[in-house]
Amino acid sequence: MIRSAQDDQRIVITGIGLTAPNGDNLADFRAALLAGRSGVDKYFIRYVGDTLAGECHFDELKYQKRKEVRRGTRAGGVGIYCANEAVADSGIEWSAVDTSRVGVYIGVTEHGNVETENEINEIKAFDYDTRVWSHHHNPRTVANNPAGEITLNMSITGPHYTIGAACAAGNAGLIQGAQMLMLGECDLAIAGGVSESIRTFGIFAGFASQGALAANEDPTRASRPFDRDRNGIVVSEGGGLFVLERFSDASRRGARIYGELVGYAMTSDASDFVLPNPVQQARCMNLALARAELSADEIDIVSTHATATESGDIQECDALRRVFGNSPDTLINNTKSFIGHAMGAAGSLELAGNLLAFQDGVCHPTINVDNLDPRCELPGLVLNESREKGKVDYILNNSFGMLGINSAVIIKKI
Amino acid sequence: MTGEEIKEEILDILEAIAPDEDLTQIDDAVNFREQMELDSMDFLDIVMELRKRHRIQVPEDDYLQLANMNSTVTFLLPLMKDIQKV
Repeated sequence: MIRSAQDDQRIVITGIGLTAPNGDNLADFRAALLAGRSGVDKYFIRYVGDTLAGECHFDELKYQKRKEVRRGTRAGGVGIYCANEAVADSGIEWSAVDTSRVGVYIGVTEHGNVETENEINEIKAFDYDTRVWSHHHNPRTVANNPAGEITLNMSITGPHYTIGAACAAGNAGLIQGAQMLMLGECDLAIAGGVSESIRTFGIFAGFASQGALAANEDPTRASRPFDRDRNGIVVSEGGGLFVLERFSDASRRGARIYGELVGYAMTSDASDFVLPNPVQQARCMNLALARAELSADEIDIVSTHATATESGDIQECDALRRVFGNSPDTLINNTKSFIGHAMGAAGSLELAGNLLAFQDGVCHPTINVDNLDPRCELPGLVLNESREKGKVDYILNNSFGMLGINSAVIIKKI
Repeated sequence: MTGEEIKEEILDILEAIAPDEDLTQIDDAVNFREQMELDSMDFLDIVMELRKRHRIQVPEDDYLQLANMNSTVTFLLPLMKDIQKV
């Protein structure tokens, strides 16, 4: 139970740093979502060839030297950009922060595939002579790399690690950061998720072999959750990191607060490697609601996970029906229709994209729904055009992943 | 390769390894680490690039020979004298 907690057990979001295929800061990202602007484009990846992806275009040299970019990983670079942006956005005077009390908790879907593929491709040119395998391989591929690079860049000496949680990772990172603040392990958390997944051919080839890789003549129309003509996932990269603080600390320094994490839950399906389980997804959402002491009809916006695979979309809509079937005023949207599936960053980016609804009262839509799949029919679906909601007090953000990992977070307007 | 060509090759490698550095003012007699930000991983990069580009193996005991430009060229000259500059 979180909602009735003392102020030093209440966790709030005070800074947001992000890069998405359609925006490199919250204002631009939000504007793109309200304007219906996709970030998906044509993309080439070795071995697979021409495909589609959501690629980010943030300035890598804003917070890193060229040598650091060369030595590190794309996920590390994404994390460094987002972490610095989040801290700047929080208004905290970083030079006065005791960085031994800062924790870095970064959700990742996977890490190391990109770097391993690069090295194998490199030694292939040397007839697989492993003597030319890079000494940078291990520091690049250790699972804590994206979080560790942030600590190196920002001189943070508090705890850091990644949370491997498939495509629930963005929410999982946020939850981990909040829990560490509650436990007193840190006084400020940089938490969320990052992804470099478009740099690995394996993820494209894997989805293609699974019959789950999207294709479309018009890249901006390729990611179409809930639409009958969907044909799979658009893989994207990105990052979404939050500065989290205890409410007591944030209010003491007069911080601007984006919202409070009043409920969260993570559950497992224990049923299939890839197929989702609506019973467990519904249980996850209900658990988050119970911890927040909220009923479903008090949620104003549900940010769905749906990835534009047939089974994933239908199963999540089944789960939503179980939880929000009697909540006709709850609006439901999907951000992947704009940016594709940002994997480890998906959860935090999709949450961030919705948070400004607390201020502007608008629910951005799911775009690219020309023929709604009747199996995805839900009363609150906001399709193709943004909808004025008016007062928005609670947002629930879903993120699910392979091996049956489910997450839901609920953010309250402060 | 001549000594001058080896120097050009080392500068080319350094440009890739230390892209933020101004290499035009390098003093050939002064240790690289005193003139630019280079750590042990960077020196391994120099060793790796020599291996990749020219199939030259620098034994670990000889890494100290790569401390500055003059010592590097002196060390590499006998190893690279038969290699044509591309």
